[in-house]
Amino acid sequence: MRPIASVHEIPLGEGRTIAVDGEMIAVFRLRDGSVRAISAVCPHKGGPLADGQIDLKQVICPLHLNAWDLRTGCSLSGQQDVAVYPVFIDDDKIMLGE
Amino acid sequence: MRQRLVVIGNGMAGARTVEEILARGGDFEITMFGDEPYGNYNRIMLSNVLAGVEDESGIFLNDLSWYADNGITLHASTRIERIDRFAKRVYAEDGTETPYDKLIIATGSRAFVPPIPGIHRPGRGYHQGVFAFRTLDDTRAMIRYAREHERAVVIGGGLLGLEAARGLQSHLPHVTLVHAAGHLMNTQLNEQAGRQLKDTIEAKLGIEVVVDGMTTEILGKNAVTGVKLADGRVIPCDVVVVAAGIRANSEMAAASDLPVERGIVVDDQMRVQDEDDIYAVGECAQHRGEVYGLVAPLWDQAKVLADHLTGVNPFAEYHGSQVATKLKVAGVDVAAMGLKEPEHEDDEVLTYAEPKKGIYKNVIIRDGRLAGATLVGDVKKVAFLMQAFDRGLALPEDRAELMFDLGGPAGEVKVEDMPDDEQVCNCNGVSKGTICSTVQSGCKTVSGVMDKTRAGKGCGTCKSVVQRIVEWAAGGEVEEDPAASYYVPGIPMPKPELMNAIRLHSLKSVSAVFAKLGGEEDAKSKMGLASLLKMMWGAEYVDERDARFINDRVHANIQRDGTFSVVPQMKGGVTTPAQLRRIAEVAERHEVPMVKLTGGQRIDLLGIPKEKLPEVWADLDMPSGYAYGKSFRTVKTCVGSDFCRFGVGDSTALGIALEERYQGIEGPGKMKLAVTGCPRNCAEAYVKDLGVVAIDGGKWEIYVGGAAGAHVRKGDLLATVGSADEVITLTGRFLQYYRENANWLERTYAFVPRIGIDRIREIVVDDSDGIAAELDAAMDASVRAYRDPWRDRDEPATPGQFRTSLPLIVLPQVPVRA
Ligand SMILES: Cc1cc2nc3c(=O)[nH]c(=O)nc-3n(C[C@H](O)[C@H](O)[C@H](O)COP(=O)(O)OP(=O)(O)OC[C@H]3O[C@@H](n4cnc5c(N)ncnc54)[C@H](O)[C@@H]3O)c2cc1C
Ligand code: HEM
Ligand code: SF4
Ligand code: SF4
Ligand code: FES
Repeated sequence: MRPIASVHEIPLGEGRTIAVDGEMIAVFRLRDGSVRAISAVCPHKGGPLADGQIDLKQVICPLHLNAWDLRTGCSLSGQQDVAVYPVFIDDDKIMLGE
Repeated sequence: MRQRLVVIGNGMAGARTVEEILARGGDFEITMFGDEPYGNYNRIMLSNVLAGVEDESGIFLNDLSWYADNGITLHASTRIERIDRFAKRVYAEDGTETPYDKLIIATGSRAFVPPIPGIHRPGRGYHQGVFAFRTLDDTRAMIRYAREHERAVVIGGGLLGLEAARGLQSHLPHVTLVHAAGHLMNTQLNEQAGRQLKDTIEAKLGIEVVVDGMTTEILGKNAVTGVKLADGRVIPCDVVVVAAGIRANSEMAAASDLPVERGIVVDDQMRVQDEDDIYAVGECAQHRGEVYGLVAPLWDQAKVLADHLTGVNPFAEYHGSQVATKLKVAGVDVAAMGLKEPEHEDDEVLTYAEPKKGIYKNVIIRDGRLAGATLVGDVKKVAFLMQAFDRGLALPEDRAELMFDLGGPAGEVKVEDMPDDEQVCNCNGVSKGTICSTVQSGCKTVSGVMDKTRAGKGCGTCKSVVQRIVEWAAGGEVEEDPAASYYVPGIPMPKPELMNAIRLHSLKSVSAVFAKLGGEEDAKSKMGLASLLKMMWGAEYVDERDARFINDRVHANIQRDGTFSVVPQMKGGVTTPAQLRRIAEVAERHEVPMVKLTGGQRIDLLGIPKEKLPEVWADLDMPSGYAYGKSFRTVKTCVGSDFCRFGVGDSTALGIALEERYQGIEGPGKMKLAVTGCPRNCAEAYVKDLGVVAIDGGKWEIYVGGAAGAHVRKGDLLATVGSADEVITLTGRFLQYYRENANWLERTYAFVPRIGIDRIREIVVDDSDGIAAELDAAMDASVRAYRDPWRDRDEPATPGQFRTSLPLIVLPQVPVRA
């Protein structure tokens, strides 16, 4: 368990890519204040998922508008699933881990 | 004990009904009787067997092993003579009797042979050389005999007669077709179409055609030597084929006291009238007064009967079929459906004839629906027409599209004929099979399937095919999709209602709209709402950056590798050496991977990493060209009267003025404009969202609703005005009307025909609704609120606004602690 970013680095409702141990993780700050993290690279054609639009449930890749469930990583439009990472907020830090 | 099901007639309808019953897991002890000595074969293909293009062995649908494998007892070559309805038994010619619990009569029909003197030989059946055309045995005998003879006469100029005549040509040199009516295929075609067909048959196939030819006698003592017509003419021949129509095989049923008119009378469940356990299907059945002579209706009948008998759906009903006919003669294309001629005074009729090419087409429309169509010589539109006819679909506004493929999406294909692996959506690579399995997994709305598979979500041209596949795969159980009328999927309101609610509650941000009207926020609705709110509130709009699509967050167009493209403004496509020099320097300094001219007459710098955007803008020091948003894009111009020797108006000056005023205005879709200096249209103004064309006399024409993308459409003439100022005013007013009334992502090429150009002209030009001043004021406010987004480069609007989202370059690593 370790901090990977400050909540202030991620505007409400947006995502940013963070590199952790050489892995690229897209971290999103939902409008209800919670955070989610998934693999940053779109399994479809490598689009930047952190640039996608989100709501409380899903992220939409900006390139071809496929959608994934932010909590489970399951595709909502017939693509492969993405990896999800456990993240939570501690004070104003975003923590990675259970 | 299992119920005993007996089927009389082992033809196309009988065997198909049994197949459908087996497919539904029906548990019966099945016995079938067939007069013919074979398993079930495809009767339709006899035409091809006669013509020699198909082998006999290729036409069998169910061979004898199929019956054995499915536990069906088949009595081939066994004719049933009588049914005892009370004892529930059938009696065969050979004296055997068979009991049943349920009985299906599928005895089909036979050739109708008119009582022409000489056609029969007493005690020997047909005269030697005379043939009917119904069974495989008929076909074999005909081929054998024809091969050894010279001249054939076919009596009857309907579908069957034509196919017989064409087939006979493969076996002997001279074929004459004698038809009693005034023109060929008179049941399906009107006179002009029939005449066209005759010309084609004679010229292309070399078959001699005699119309108005009543055959009064078959000549010849031992064998046929000719036929005699009512006018005294004698046509010498040694083969006669009778194709004068069909009659239902219903005598056996009538003799068994079942109700028979032109066929065996059945109800909507194919049950013989007033009988509990006897059914009839196929050509022998008469349903709601109709007796059919084609296979399509009997497929429908077989399904209903199987649903009913197996209990899968005891209430299944057959409601009759719309029939369409196609002639199977190579090189002579004929298709016909529904009416051949108008019946009511207000039936719309369209006719097109090009006799030199053998083309005749006609279409009959009643109450906006297709009531009939005939295609001779060119049947490219047949699949589309059949579908429209079958389903009573709304017809294209441009009626000519019913007859011709006009630039737009290619002619529609029959979805049931498409192979499963055929790619339907070429943008997102979705196949028919994927769509079908999505439907089967329970998703039965068109938009649901589009969401799940992304089919139809690229350029959108395949949407109608996707829709038809979903409808087909759902078998008519497509669920109404209420969201189809919403402005955005996440808020259950059409646009006018949504705008009222936004005004009423003073909702100035996207999150406020969700909170008040939508319940949960929806990612797919954010962009459309942001656009609408910005248009409605102007400077008062509360801009939440997450509501923007990435392009609008960073004012550039995202590329396939996550980099961006930068297109500086170049009003009217006019540039200067200084500007070009600057662009060149920036491109060199930043090692821009590609510099390209766009279709919108400006220069695109492609492959710029996100984090470098502010720097590139600063170095360029030019305003944004808005090549990324759902917004006003460019005004293409031609050189016009300043330089062009044809020019009658200063198109460049007007184009620049338009771009100056309306730059960056957001809307429900892209707005691409053009101004061209004369009707030669070098700037392609006829195919723009709004195109202006200078015409002689200092006037300008304004076209709206044009398109030249995946969809191609010429714009409609909105107005002709006398000055550039009027063009500028009307442009603003039209665009504002579009911004306020179009659905999200609805381009003008869809919006203009939806509202209708006449209605738009009333509002925008004639001000019939008295809202012109309001529209002008609203547009004016938007124009004044314009601010070049590339100025926001010194201070990022949000933390990390321009931080890369992909490892194109190495990111700062989070320090790893053990
Ligand atoms: C040459 C030709 C070309 C055609 N082309 C087309 C086409 O292109 N498109 C199209 O839609 N349709 C076409 N048709 C019509 C199509 O073949 C028929 O609509 C279809 O075969 C009807 O099926 P059915 O089962 O009702 O009758 P059938 O297929 O005729 O089957 C009835 C069976 O019952 C048997 N039978 C009759 N009475 C008894 C009895 N008492 N006891 C036992 N058995 C009995 C008959 O011998 C026959 O085998 C064509 C027909 C022909 C002849
Ligand atoms: C994500 C997909 C797309 C991207 C990235 C894209 C990008 C572009 C760009 C950068 C331009 C130059 C625009 C300018 O100079 O302002 C352009 C022009 C054009 N695009 Fe697209 N486009 C896309 C989708 C489409 C679609 C779906 C269509 C058709 C329906 C289309 C039709 C056109 C046309 C006709 C032009 C020429 C415009 C003109 O001449 O004014 N584009 N496109
Ligand atoms: S630029 Fe347009 S036409 Fe070319 S590949 Fe992209 S979407 Fe297709
Ligand atoms: S549209 Fe007319 S004025 Fe413009 S360049 Fe072409 S020919 Fe010249
Ligand atoms: S790359 Fe993400 S949807 Fe295509």
